Amino acid sequence: MSRAAPAPIFRPRRRGLNGRQREALWGYLFIAPWLIGFLAFVLGPMLFSLYTSFTNYDITSRFDWVGVRNYVGLFTQDSRFWKALGNTAYYATFAVPLGIATGLLIATLLNQQVPGQRLFRTIFFLPKVLTGVAVLLLWLWVFNPQVGLINTALYRLGVNENNLPLWFGDPVWSKPALIIMSMWTAAGSFMFYLAALKGVPRDLYESAQIDGASPVRQFWAVTVPLISPVIFFKLITGISAAMQFWSESLVLTKGGPSDSTLFYGLYIWQTAFTDLRMGYASAMAWILLLITLAITGVQLWLSKRWVHYEGEVR
Amino acid sequence: MALTRPQVQVRPLRTGGPRPRLGGALLGRLLALAALIGLSLLILYPALWMVSTSLKQDAQVLEYPPRWIPNPVVWGNYAKAWASAPFTRYAINSLLYALSVSFGTVLSCSLAAYGFAKLRFPGRDFLFLVLLSTMMIPGLVTMVPQYVLFSKLGWINTYLPLIVPSFFAGAFFTFLLRQYFLGIPNELLEAARVDGANELWIWARVVLPLATPALATVAIFTFDGTWNDYVNPLLYLNDERLYPLQVGLATFRSANDTQWQLLMAASVLVLLPVVVIFFVFQKYFIEGASLTGSVKG
Repeated sequence: MSRAAPAPIFRPRRRGLNGRQREALWGYLFIAPWLIGFLAFVLGPMLFSLYTSFTNYDITSRFDWVGVRNYVGLFTQDSRFWKALGNTAYYATFAVPLGIATGLLIATLLNQQVPGQRLFRTIFFLPKVLTGVAVLLLWLWVFNPQVGLINTALYRLGVNENNLPLWFGDPVWSKPALIIMSMWTAAGSFMFYLAALKGVPRDLYESAQIDGASPVRQFWAVTVPLISPVIFFKLITGISAAMQFWSESLVLTKGGPSDSTLFYGLYIWQTAFTDLRMGYASAMAWILLLITLAITGVQLWLSKRWVHYEGEVR
Repeated sequence: MALTRPQVQVRPLRTGGPRPRLGGALLGRLLALAALIGLSLLILYPALWMVSTSLKQDAQVLEYPPRWIPNPVVWGNYAKAWASAPFTRYAINSLLYALSVSFGTVLSCSLAAYGFAKLRFPGRDFLFLVLLSTMMIPGLVTMVPQYVLFSKLGWINTYLPLIVPSFFAGAFFTFLLRQYFLGIPNELLEAARVDGANELWIWARVVLPLATPALATVAIFTFDGTWNDYVNPLLYLNDERLYPLQVGLATFRSANDTQWQLLMAASVLVLLPVVVIFFVFQKYFIEGASLTGSVKG
C-alpha cells in the first residue's frame, strides 16, 4: 500500500520570511500535544525513573539515595530476578520465531490461488481482535488438565491419562502453554507477510523453476531474502514485545507454579505495586531498557548480513 | 510496494519454458487449501468451544466425552452470568472509557501528524526522530513514574490517568497517520491557503475528510485495544463501581472459579461488541494491518 509518497524536497510556494515563520508557529502548535505528552509522560517519567532507581523510594515517605545498591542487589542477591529474566528469555526464544513461522506459513498458503481468500483472512485475523481477560479465561479452559480441549484431544490420541501435561499447574509445562497461546495470536500477523509476498516478482520464481528449484528451495532462495525486511521488522518488534510479556501471567497464573511464569514485567509489577519498592522496580525497568536496546543494536548490526532492501533507498 | 502484482507462486507456466506443470500446481493448491482449512479450524476451535460451553447445563460442562451441541441449550446462562455481577455498570464504564480514549487519540494524533507531514519548522526532523525512538521504550519503564505522577495529582480512582494521556498523541498512530497524510497532494492545501484558510481550517476541512479511512483505522484499533485493556484500569481503579468489563470479568472469575458455563457466557458477552465491530469494520482492520505492515525498517 504505497499511499505514502516521499516528503516533497521543496515546495513551490514562495512566501516572505513572515509566512515561513507563521508556518513554523503553526507547526509547533500542531505538534504541541505530542511534545507536551512526550515531556510529561515519557521523558519526565524516564528521568524520574532513572533517579528513583538509585534510591529506596517506596511512594510513601523515604526517598534516600542508595547509589547502585539496587542494581548490585538485583545482580548478586536476587534469585527471583534471574528467574524472571530466564523465564522471559525462554519465552522470547520460542514465542518470537514460532510466531513469525506461524504468520509466514499462513501468508504463504494464502498466497496460493485458493478459493475463499476473504473468509480465510477474516478467520485468521480474528485472534488479533480477540484479546483481553475473556480470551484468557478461555485459554484457562483450553488448558484445563482434566476437561480442557488439549488434554481431551491428547487423551483421544492415546496419551496415557497419567502422562497428560498439567499445563498451568506444572512448572515444566506452564511456559509452553503460554507459547502455544501466543502462536494462536500470532496467526493474525499473516497480513504483514502477505503484503510482502505479493511484492515478490513472479519472474524470479519462473527462473528458479527453470533452474529446477523445488518449491521448498524457491521459498528459501527467493521468498525469504525478498521479504527479509518484513521478517526483520517483526523480529525487532516481536522481541521487544516478548521482553514485556507479562500481563497474561498476571491473569492466568500470578507467576506460578513455583515462579515458572514469573516474567520480568510481572516481577516489576509486583515489586512496584505490591511491595511498593518503587526504587528497586525502577532499577529493574532500566535494566530492561538497556537489554532491549542492546538486543536491538545487535540485530541492526546482524541485519546487514541477511536483510535485503531490494531497490529501496533507506 | 506493488500490491497489484498478480500473486501466484506455484502455477503453470503460460508460455515457453519447460512443460507446464499443471498437475503439480493443482495439487499444490489443493494441499494449500486443505492446510488452510485445518489451520482455520484450529483458530476457531477454542472460540466455538467457548460459545458451546456458555450454553451448557452445569452437569454437562464436565461431561466426558464432551459434546459440541449442548442439550438442552441453556440460554439462561447469559442472563444469569450478567446478573451475578454489576456487568451493566462495567459495560457503561468500558464504553465511556474506550470512546474517550479513541476520540482523544484520533484528535491529538491527527494534529501532530499534520504538523509533521505538512508543515515546515526548525527541528522537525529531529523531533520526528525522537517520536520514532519512543516506540522502542518499554512501557514498563514509564509505568512506575507515571503511577507516582498520577497519584500525586490525586487522580487514583478516577478515569483521568487512563484517558488524559490519550489526548497527547502516542507515537505509533501519529506515525501511521503521518504516512497517510504525506500522500495527500500539497496542491490541495495550497489552494486552500490561497483562499485565505488557516492551517487549522485546512486540517479540519481538507485533510481530515480525505483521511477518513486512516482515521477510522486508528479509532477502531484504539477502541479495540482500550476495550480489552486490563492492566491500566487494574492499576488505577480500586472502586468496584468504576471497573470496566475486563477488571469486572477478572473479579467475576475468582468468585466463580468452577462455573465454567457462566464464566464463558460472561466472556462471550464481553467479547461480543469487539466481534461485531470487527465484522462491520473488517475493511479497516485489514487496511490498518497492511498500513502498519508497510512500515519497514
